[in-house]
Amino acid sequence: MTALIVAEVTESALAPSTAKALTAALQIGGGVHILVAGKNVGPAAEAAAKLSGVEKVLVADGAAYGHHLAEPLAALIVGLAGGYDAILAPSTSSSKNVLPRVAALLDVAQVSDIIKVVSADTFERPIYAGNAIQTVRSKDAKKVITVRTASFTATGEGGSAAIEAIGAGSDPSVSSFKSEALAKSERPELTAAKIIVSGGRGLASSENFKEYIEPVATRLGAAIGASRAAVDAGYAPNDLQVGQTGKVVAPDLYVAIGISGAIQHLAGMKDSKVIVAINKDEEAPIFQVADYGLVADLFPTLKELDAELAKAGR
Amino acid sequence: MKVLVPVKRVVDYNVKIRVKPDGSGVDVANVKFSMNPFDEIAVEEAIRLKEAGKATEVVLVTIGPAKADETLRSGMAIGADRGIHVKTDELVEPLAVAKILAKIVAEEAPGLVILGKQAIDDDSNQTGQMLAALLGWGQGTFASKVEITEGSVDVTREVDGGLQTVTLKLPAVVTTDLRLNEPRYASLPNIIKAKKKEVAAKTPADYGVDITPRLEVLKTAEPPARKAGIKVGSVPELLEKLKTAGVL
Ligand SMILES: Cc1cc2nc3c(=O)[nH]c(=O)nc-3n(C[C@H](O)[C@H](O)[C@H](O)COP(=O)(O)OP(=O)(O)OC[C@H]3O[C@@H](n4cnc5c(N)ncnc54)[C@H](O)[C@@H]3O)c2cc1C
Repeated sequence: MTALIVAEVTESALAPSTAKALTAALQIGGGVHILVAGKNVGPAAEAAAKLSGVEKVLVADGAAYGHHLAEPLAALIVGLAGGYDAILAPSTSSSKNVLPRVAALLDVAQVSDIIKVVSADTFERPIYAGNAIQTVRSKDAKKVITVRTASFTATGEGGSAAIEAIGAGSDPSVSSFKSEALAKSERPELTAAKIIVSGGRGLASSENFKEYIEPVATRLGAAIGASRAAVDAGYAPNDLQVGQTGKVVAPDLYVAIGISGAIQHLAGMKDSKVIVAINKDEEAPIFQVADYGLVADLFPTLKELDAELAKAGR
Repeated sequence: MKVLVPVKRVVDYNVKIRVKPDGSGVDVANVKFSMNPFDEIAVEEAIRLKEAGKATEVVLVTIGPAKADETLRSGMAIGADRGIHVKTDELVEPLAVAKILAKIVAEEAPGLVILGKQAIDDDSNQTGQMLAALLGWGQGTFASKVEITEGSVDVTREVDGGLQTVTLKLPAVVTTDLRLNEPRYASLPNIIKAKKKEVAAKTPADYGVDITPRLEVLKTAEPPARKAGIKVGSVPELLEKLKTAGVL
């Protein structure tokens, strides 16, 4: 049996989430190939070829795949699918968009967001915002699977797979790219960060979010996260939302500041190794999942935290 | 242009569900059900398109038990024109839902189908993409802005790195994200009026779709519980604990 992983490519680089999906594929067993599709993706293909356990890297380099539009990308994957028993991708916004399209074209039920491989056809996945874990067995001959990256460690380097260029698939020509507004940040990417400092509605304004969250995050070398309420209110951009419908993260340290701890927020962070909550309401549900809780007004607390970290040379 | 909006009846988002002790599923007896929140956003968007003169009719579809009639009525109470109720007590997976919807699309010929990006019960995030695939249409998923232009629609999508805008030929499929709009509340007179709106009763068999599940659920379990933490009294104490825990 052979699995195909659809790589996550950011600009020309291979995103770390790909190596996590690879771990799931290797647990399923059999050979693994990686498809790298995009524009100018040579560096990503080379990085994929170095991952341990990969037999072959297929590269579809072309403008048609530059913006990861679902329609041409799904057509490309479906064209390759005949040679594979399983198609996997990390659960990113790109694969959440593309893989169900692939699954339907193959007449297969997708298994979304697996958190564990039980056997080659049986997987665990969260339902109800992670408040229950289902074990499901796929009865389809071909599996289409997205992998929750917070639940798998990355496979390391050590391979030297062959890289093979493949031609473009057909473009259904029903969609085109118009524009994008992507955040540029020097900080670690949210789903790959070891430390996350997250702000909620308690911050009360975008100015405060900047003034209080950013310095502490910078001192800790942390990524910044946000609750839905903070994003809806415009304190933080949408790509920082953590939760059931945002990003799912599991850093070593998650610091929740002015976040109440709604079910939908917990769904995105409760697998973090250590959770800290700073909230002035001692009844806030976030304290039920926090390893260390500080009941305090966040504004003076964050100033003090910033000063203490500075003193400690961070 | 007609707009079709599929809606699902789910356990209300405020309910913290419980897993049945025997592992056979989630206990949904005596809990509150509502329309899936993303679907409310889809209904609202369709109604706004109608109010803006871009859409002529808003048709809702639900696939589910008799009680899903309430879900249709709540969508009609905020302005949808009529409903289609595909009745079944079985659990219908996203692929089968998409197949039934594709048949309904063939009959109704909408210019746009707007769905929620995911249902908050199974959290699959598949149906809209699958429907677009089966129809051969373009898909604008996780939408935070939808603009109809001549023969096409511009959809601004929430993606991992920020926002992406795509142009899709019409007809097309759009799935909603949280920030597309804020759904309105129904007024009492409109709730009463909605009771009289037309709902066509159908079954999956009417569309010739096999809804046999492809995924067999072997077990449903509680997630691992976190062990209770402690309260700290000050910032220095917090930093001390974090150092000891090895995360700083
Ligand atoms: C379909 C659906 C999907 C959702 N998806 C998500 C998701 O992915 N992610 C997500 O986060 N939410 C999501 N939500 C929203 C979720 O239900 C909550 O509304 C949201 O998480 C609340 O954000 P919050 O904790 O920042 O705000 P609030 O609940 O308002 O909490 C603010 C907290 O700040 C504290 N506070 C205020 N001032 C101070 C101060 N000066 N010092 C200290 N503490 C202070 C308060 O005590 C309070 O606990 C979703 C909801 C729905 C319906």
